Amino acid sequence: MQTKRTIFRNRWLPYALLAPQLAITIIFFLWPAAQAVRQSFLRQDAFGLKTSFVGLENYLALLKDPSYLQSFQVTAVFAVSVAALSMGLSLALAVAVDRVLRANQLYTTMLVWPYAVAPVAAGVLWWFMFNPSIGILSYALRQMGYDWNHNLDGTDAMILVVVAAAWKQISYNFLFFVAGLQSIPQSLREAAAIDGAGPAKRFFTVIFPLLSPTTFFLLVINVTYTMFDTFGVIDAATEGGPSQATNILVYKVYRDGFVGLNLGSSAAQSVVLMLIVMALTFVQFRWIERRVQY
Amino acid sequence: MHRSILAGASLAALCASGAAAQTEITWWHAMGGELGTKLEEIVQGYNDSQDAFAVTPVYKGNYTETMTAAIAAFRAGEQPDIVQVFEVGTGTMMAAEGAIYPVYQLMEDTGADFDPAAFLPAVVGYYTDTDGNMLSMPFNSSTPILYYNRDVFEEAGLDPEQPPETWEELETASRQIMESGAADCGFTSGWISWIQLENLSAWHNLQIGTLENGFGGIDPELTFNGETQARHWENLASWQEEGLFRYGGVGGGEDAAPAFYSGSCAMYMNSSASRAGVMANTDFEVGFGMLPYYDDVEGAPQNSIIGGATLWVLQGQPEEDYAGVADFFSYLSSPEVQADWHQFSGYLPITQAAYELGQEQGYYEANPGSEVAIQQITLNAPTENSKGLRFGNYVQIRDVIDEEFQNLLSGSKTAQEALDSTVERGNALIADFARSNN
Repeated sequence: MQTKRTIFRNRWLPYALLAPQLAITIIFFLWPAAQAVRQSFLRQDAFGLKTSFVGLENYLALLKDPSYLQSFQVTAVFAVSVAALSMGLSLALAVAVDRVLRANQLYTTMLVWPYAVAPVAAGVLWWFMFNPSIGILSYALRQMGYDWNHNLDGTDAMILVVVAAAWKQISYNFLFFVAGLQSIPQSLREAAAIDGAGPAKRFFTVIFPLLSPTTFFLLVINVTYTMFDTFGVIDAATEGGPSQATNILVYKVYRDGFVGLNLGSSAAQSVVLMLIVMALTFVQFRWIERRVQY
Repeated sequence: MHRSILAGASLAALCASGAAAQTEITWWHAMGGELGTKLEEIVQGYNDSQDAFAVTPVYKGNYTETMTAAIAAFRAGEQPDIVQVFEVGTGTMMAAEGAIYPVYQLMEDTGADFDPAAFLPAVVGYYTDTDGNMLSMPFNSSTPILYYNRDVFEEAGLDPEQPPETWEELETASRQIMESGAADCGFTSGWISWIQLENLSAWHNLQIGTLENGFGGIDPELTFNGETQARHWENLASWQEEGLFRYGGVGGGEDAAPAFYSGSCAMYMNSSASRAGVMANTDFEVGFGMLPYYDDVEGAPQNSIIGGATLWVLQGQPEEDYAGVADFFSYLSSPEVQADWHQFSGYLPITQAAYELGQEQGYYEANPGSEVAIQQITLNAPTENSKGLRFGNYVQIRDVIDEEFQNLLSGSKTAQEALDSTVERGNALIADFARSNN
């Protein structure tokens, strides 16, 4: 592997150039993270008047808390469903664009629109359409004999937030898949076609393997997205309910810390979350990357 | 460390601004929309009435956001003089002894004109300690009442002058309404936790928690899993099944109001402060009644309890600020200001004088239904069970109540199981709170 190397004449110049980025990382990431770690070992009242060091008690309490363990399960279901749904659909759309409407910019532009929608707005939009009393989709479902009620039914609520979160992410995935498809040389497909491979065979044996770097990249992005950026969707659509059926880890950190003012537990949860993300990224880059053909 | 530097800086800034200048008092509040405009109008009225102090109201978002912001500001040493906190935050505020300046003490220290006996006991009782000292200044308090659609009542062959008084009557009326086709559902309700559990208990003179519903100490235990509460929740679940009752969602129950406004549900229980919204959004005749009760429960109906918010004074400000705060509070509780705010918003008047002023003005005759709330909270002298509740971490306990109610409606738990588990989870939260405040 080749690396680019620039030789600086002044010893301090590279550090000076790095300084702004480092400052931002330290102020907005390292410092708050250190604060969270510190807070996670403390028990403190909301106003910070009484503080005591409790060691690992906040962490141990989490392990014994059934609602925290449930939140793990909920997060896993949510992340897998969103990633699968949004990547599956956007791949299908990208293939469609690539095959049939190669020149149709309009189609692409329209598919990209949802990405500009803020997560909260997406949450409200889907919440509105699925609202049990005034929503058009819940009305349609009722006509078909399904009693939709995400206020009471945990599965309905999960479907709602998965759809809302995945819908928003389709555009992003779509763009990358389109770009990935266009970078696959036409000659490879033609060669496969001449060898007698049908469209399905061509897709699964030639195109999809060649898309794997894009797919891998999107998998990382999508999992990170569902774990951290879907806060707005959850907050606007279900607020973690009903009965914590959609209370994902990030949302629980917020509820316990900022609404419940239980800072020690909230800090411990965010430290756990930090570790999960580190582990996840490590696993993805170490093991999954090896199986990807570049 | 940070705090002392900031305090020093603000002190320096204060000295530099000179002695002749007005003392600035900051008030963080959670009143948006029309209520916010009205609040600013009241503050303007105060600022115009004298020139020693200038109150600056700052809108900080909803109740939770306002409280969280004030607490974060306190930790950073930049707290406002006054902050508006909702009733479920009372336990948290009270426990923060070094952070709050109790109102009775403030009034005493500043020698302000202040008579605790002038306030309506049902309102201030919620915010006084066990020695009868007022800790915060009530500002917007309300209580849940029953709204009903008179047109639907008529169509269903019910007497529109007679709202149901007991749950039994309400059930019969709901069934008649549905069977006659006058509406799709009998009733809906906002705030399940506040109305169908806390108020239900107080209204039947049943204990919500030990230690006088938590007024008497920091480590009480919840006891609202009694027989009557379980019977009521079981009823709600079976009525929901039958369609007589429609669930409006967690917290305030945002789907409840539209169901009543659109005419799908004939009756609706919610805060008396929802009155303005009800009047603005309905084109049918609206009737008002008290909350229903079970007539076989001894002591029912007792009195309902309030919700809403009060004004807490925070420590750590220069002394002249507090003189201003005391003066401003005297202004806020004057009969004219109170009556105006109460009549505009539907919140309860906090003093007897403001209520009497409204009667003199003929307000209650001109606006039928506006008095029901006052009659309901003053129906009987509040008992230990019905003067309110005060538990630590109650914001989270409210969430637990909502979750367990959902478990009940979805059929995964019986009413007794749901309430038992609410109590168990709630007690753990209270114990947590007691530990972090000891």
